[in-house]
Amino acid sequence: MTDFGSMLFVFVLATFIGLGVIRRVSRLLYTPLMSLTNAISAIAVVGSIVVTGADHPLTIRILGAVALFASMTNIVSGFMITDRMLKMFKKQ
Amino acid sequence: MHVIGELSAVLATALFIFALYWMGDPKTARRGVIAGVTGMAVAVLATWIQPEIIHHGWIVLAIVAGFAVGIPLSRVPLTAVPQRTALSHAFGGLAAGLVGTAEYFLWLGDPAGAHFTPFRTGALVVEVILGFLTFTGSLMAAGKLQEVRWIPQRPVTYPGQNFVNLGVLGLAAALGVVLVLNPTAAWSGQVFIAIGALALIFGVLLIIPIGGADMPTVISILNAYAGLAAVAMGFVLDSKLLVTAGALDGSSGLILSIIMCRAMNRSFTNVLFGAFGKAQPALVAGEQKAWKQETVEGAAQLLEQARTVVIIPGYGMAVAQAQHKVRELYDALTKRGVTVKFAIHPVAGRMPGHMNVLLAEANIPYSALVEMDEINPEMPQTDVALVLGANDVVNPSARYAKSTPIYGMPIIDADKAKTVIAVKRSKNPGFAGIDNELYTLDNTWMLFGDAKAVLAELVKQFGSGGIH
Repeated sequence: MTDFGSMLFVFVLATFIGLGVIRRVSRLLYTPLMSLTNAISAIAVVGSIVVTGADHPLTIRILGAVALFASMTNIVSGFMITDRMLKMFKKQ
Repeated sequence: MHVIGELSAVLATALFIFALYWMGDPKTARRGVIAGVTGMAVAVLATWIQPEIIHHGWIVLAIVAGFAVGIPLSRVPLTAVPQRTALSHAFGGLAAGLVGTAEYFLWLGDPAGAHFTPFRTGALVVEVILGFLTFTGSLMAAGKLQEVRWIPQRPVTYPGQNFVNLGVLGLAAALGVVLVLNPTAAWSGQVFIAIGALALIFGVLLIIPIGGADMPTVISILNAYAGLAAVAMGFVLDSKLLVTAGALDGSSGLILSIIMCRAMNRSFTNVLFGAFGKAQPALVAGEQKAWKQETVEGAAQLLEQARTVVIIPGYGMAVAQAQHKVRELYDALTKRGVTVKFAIHPVAGRMPGHMNVLLAEANIPYSALVEMDEINPEMPQTDVALVLGANDVVNPSARYAKSTPIYGMPIIDADKAKTVIAVKRSKNPGFAGIDNELYTLDNTWMLFGDAKAVLAELVKQFGSGGIH
C-alpha cells in the first residue's frame, strides 16, 4: 500500500497542474468545461467496478452497482453534452 | 496485470490533462472530448480485466443503465443545462458516498482488520461527508433550477439558520473524529451511518437559503465539492488516478467559484451563509422617476440608425428561449452595416458560461461575444445598448449604493451608451428586488413584454420594409 505522504504529494501536484491548465481555459467555454471535468471526475467508476464485481457480500455489491450506474451516467451524459455544446462554437 | 493497471492509470491521467489543456481554445476544444473519452475507456477496461472482478453481469447491467439515463440527459435543451449540471454533481457525490459506505463495511467485516489507518479512516469520513452533502445539495439546486413545485425558489431563511447549519456539519465532523479514533468498536457502524445521515441533511440545509442569482457560484462550489469527494475516494482506494482526476475537477470548480464570487463582489462564506436575493427592504427612493416606454417601431428605428449596437443578454433571454430571435435581429442589423456585439457578464444566467452556450446554439459567431472587461471601455462610443432580460448586471447603483446587496459588483456600463433600450418582461423590480435606475435614465427607452415576442416584432420591422 502506498503511504499517505506520496498520495498527498500526488494530490498537491495534481491541484497545481489543474489550476494552471484551467486558468488558461477560454471564458467562452466555462459551461462545457464544467460538464467535461464532471465526466472526468466520474473516473470514480473504477472504484465502483471493483466494489460491484469482486466477490463481496450482496448488499455491498448493490451499493457498488448503484454507484457504478451514477458514475456511468455522468460519463455518458458529460462527454456527450460537452461535445454537443462545443460543436456549436463557430468563429464565423 | 498490476503493470497494466499502473501504466493505463498514467496514460489516462495524461489524457485527462490534455483534455483540459485543449479547452483553452474553441478551435481545439473538441479534441479534448476525444482525449477524455479515450482516457476513460482505458481506465475502465484496465480495471475490468483485473482477476478479482468476477461478477461481470452486474457491471454490464449498471453500465447499460448508465447509458439509458445518460443519453437522454445529454440531449436536454441548452436552457436546461444548469439543472443537468447540478444533477451530474449529485450523481458524482452519490457515487462517492456509496463507494465510501461500501468500503467502510467491507473493512469492518474483514477479520484481518488492518485497513483502518487513521489517515484512511479520516479520508473515508471526508469522502462520505462530501459525497452525501454534494448529493442532496446538488439535488436541491437542480430542483430549484428546474422550478420543481415543492422546492421553494425564493431563498428560505429563519433565525439561527447559520447556527443550525454549522451545528449539523460540526456534529458530523465530531462523529468523524470519534470514528477515526474507534473505527471498529461495536457501535462504530451506527456512528458511520449517523455521519452519512447528517451529511445528507446538511446538503439540503445548505441550499435552502440560496436564490437564483447565486446559482452560478453555488454550482461552481458544488463542482469543487464533487471533485474533492473523488479525491478523498482516491485516498481511500489508494488510487493515484482518482486523486489526480478529482483534483483536476476540484481545482476547476475552485477557479470557477472564485471567478463567480469576484464577479458578484462577494466572498465564499457570504454566498453560502449570506442568503443573497432575499427580498430587501425597498430603497428609500427620493422620488420615483417614471419609465419612458418606446414602441417597437421607434426602437427599430433607433437600432437602424446606430453604427454600433451592444446587446446585453441575461437570464430573461434564457427563460424566454429568445436566443434564436436574437440571431435574427443580429443578422438583420449586420446586413445593414451595423456592428453588433454581445456583452457577457460572468454571472449572467444560471451557471458559468451559460449565455455563451445559448448564443453559440443560435449560431452567433463566438468572435461577437465580448467579456465585460473588454466591452466596458467601448460603451461610451456605443450608439445603442440593448438590454435583454438582464437586470442586476447593468444596475448602476452597484457602483455607489452601499445599502444594496449588489454594491461593489462589477457591472456592464450600459448606462454609458448613447441610448439604452431595455426589454423587460414586467414592470416589477428584478430578482434581487432592487430598483434599477438604468430604466429611468434620460437616455433609456423601455420595451415591455416577453423577450422572444418583442424581438420577433423588432425583426418584423426590419423584414417588412417598414424601415429602409
